[in-house]
Amino acid sequence: MPSEPARQAAPAPSGAAAARPPLLRMQGVDKVFNGDVVALKGMSLDVREGDFISLLGPSGCGKSTALRLLAGLSHPSRGRIAWDGGQEEGDLGVVFQEPTLMPWATVAQNIWLPLRLRGKSYAAVKDEVLEALRLVGLEKFQTAYPRELSGGMKMRVSIARALVTRPRLVLMDEPFAALDEITRFRLNDDLLALRDKIGCTVVFVTHSVFESVFLSDRIVVMAARPGRVIRELAVDAPYPRTDAFRTSAEYAAYCRDASDALHAAMGDAA
Amino acid sequence: MTLAERDESAASPPTIDADERARRRARRLERVGKWVLPVLVMALALLAWDRIVVWNDIPHYTLPGPGLVFRTLIEDWAILFDALLVTLQITLLALLVAVLGGVGLAVLFTQSRWMEMSFYPYAVILQVTPVVAIAPLIFIYVDSRIAGLLICAWLVAFFPVLSNTTLGLNSADHNLRDLFRIYGATRWQRLRFLQLPSALPYFLGGLRIAGGLSLIGAVVAEYVAGTGGIGSGLAFRILEAGYRLNIPRMFAALILIAATGVLIFAALSLLSHLMLRKWHESAMTRER
Ligand SMILES: Nc1ncnc2c1ncn2[C@@H]1O[C@H](COP(=O)(O)OP(=O)(O)OP(=O)(O)O)[C@@H](O)[C@H]1O
Ligand SMILES: [Mg+2]
Repeated sequence: MPSEPARQAAPAPSGAAAARPPLLRMQGVDKVFNGDVVALKGMSLDVREGDFISLLGPSGCGKSTALRLLAGLSHPSRGRIAWDGGQEEGDLGVVFQEPTLMPWATVAQNIWLPLRLRGKSYAAVKDEVLEALRLVGLEKFQTAYPRELSGGMKMRVSIARALVTRPRLVLMDEPFAALDEITRFRLNDDLLALRDKIGCTVVFVTHSVFESVFLSDRIVVMAARPGRVIRELAVDAPYPRTDAFRTSAEYAAYCRDASDALHAAMGDAA
Repeated sequence: MTLAERDESAASPPTIDADERARRRARRLERVGKWVLPVLVMALALLAWDRIVVWNDIPHYTLPGPGLVFRTLIEDWAILFDALLVTLQITLLALLVAVLGGVGLAVLFTQSRWMEMSFYPYAVILQVTPVVAIAPLIFIYVDSRIAGLLICAWLVAFFPVLSNTTLGLNSADHNLRDLFRIYGATRWQRLRFLQLPSALPYFLGGLRIAGGLSLIGAVVAEYVAGTGGIGSGLAFRILEAGYRLNIPRMFAALILIAATGVLIFAALSLLSHLMLRKWHESAMTRER
């Protein structure tokens, strides 16, 4: 077995999180591009059922690479990634930084896509599609084309598409980074509300300390060159989290912690 | 969010400021000018042509006036129209085969790198070799005249369809490709739901070029084929009229060819607009 230095450095996750059943496990994973670009070194991550994990780190530290590995879009150069009990069809939903919608298809058709690729006719899954639209508050826009929507609405459609299969795990790569702050706050609130309803596990990549603290119950701080985990922080504030949490002293303290860890990560790289 | 924005903009009274007035005037001018100006230029050119012929007493076997050309167009309509139908038939058939061949090859190339590596160079060679140089050979080996003409026209027209469609099939968004992979899409599903729609605007661009080229191909091939009789097209009528020094008919046939080319281009542009207007940037009319 490969060694796991990152895991030893990380504090043990708090009680509630540790008790959850495991969903996906990443063990001593290296990812090397073109023979010499070490994007990830010895990364280990246990994703448990119901976790909201943020990967936080400076640009180029391998967050996207880690997410692509979790999504099965690329394979580790070393180490292993495995779903506990195997991955089934529709277990995984992904949201990219861009909304990544098909411009030639309507909102409803875009959300239908994951089910359509499983051979389901629209008539057969209409209810699921409309339900997903309702979840993100866009039921009035099912026949609109993506170009008719604002950036925030496009992102909602993208989220609805990821949720339409009722996935156990949703991977999000800086989904709100391109949005203005007001829209981002709203989408953060809505994302938490959504997760409350659906109960999926989320791995969320972000640059923003505030976003990671507000959203997640575990923050995995990464450093660059080589990309690796340097700390794991637990955010033990209970869900649902509201605006009151955003202005609380607790929130500020967590932000300071995460910010310090991030600075340490960047100092490491310099 | 934007729902509210929409309602607002629908409810607010239309206020027209100086800027907006100027913009509307400019738009109106442009709309009218787009049609009036070319017609005006045409009228002036015809007038100048007519005056030059009349004032210089140019004989009609050297340069007929526009009036005579127009009369010939009407008097010879039966012959010319038959010829036009033949040329048009070849052109449209060639375009059809170019579309089938071009899209088919493009799909084949994107499905198999081996195919692409093996055959793409030959597609380029066919494209860069002038059709007039190949045509005589084709007419030696192909007995059917129509088939020969078709092959020539196709050779000229298929490449833009092939190269544009290939580009389009390969330009599908990378994240969308990843998404298709995550959802376990089959090759066919990826082609059908992702690559073909992504390629549509590129294909339609290639189609517009191919439309003009297949007309050129048909006309050039007919010049080379050269034989006449029943079932000969406009190009042959021009050659024939040339031998007989029937210059007005040459002009009349020329006008028909040009008009056909414009018509094909307009029809394909319209088709392209209709197919893309719902979603593609190129077909959108934006408020400026
Ligand atoms: N396909 C690839 N080929 C070569 N190098 C790559 C590839 N993908 C990523 N890398 C390299 O791996 C490193 C990590 O990249 P990655 O995109 O995972 O970083 P990131 O943390 O997501 O950065 P950002 O916050 O800017 O998105 C970078 O140095 C990048 O250049
Ligand atoms: Mg990234």
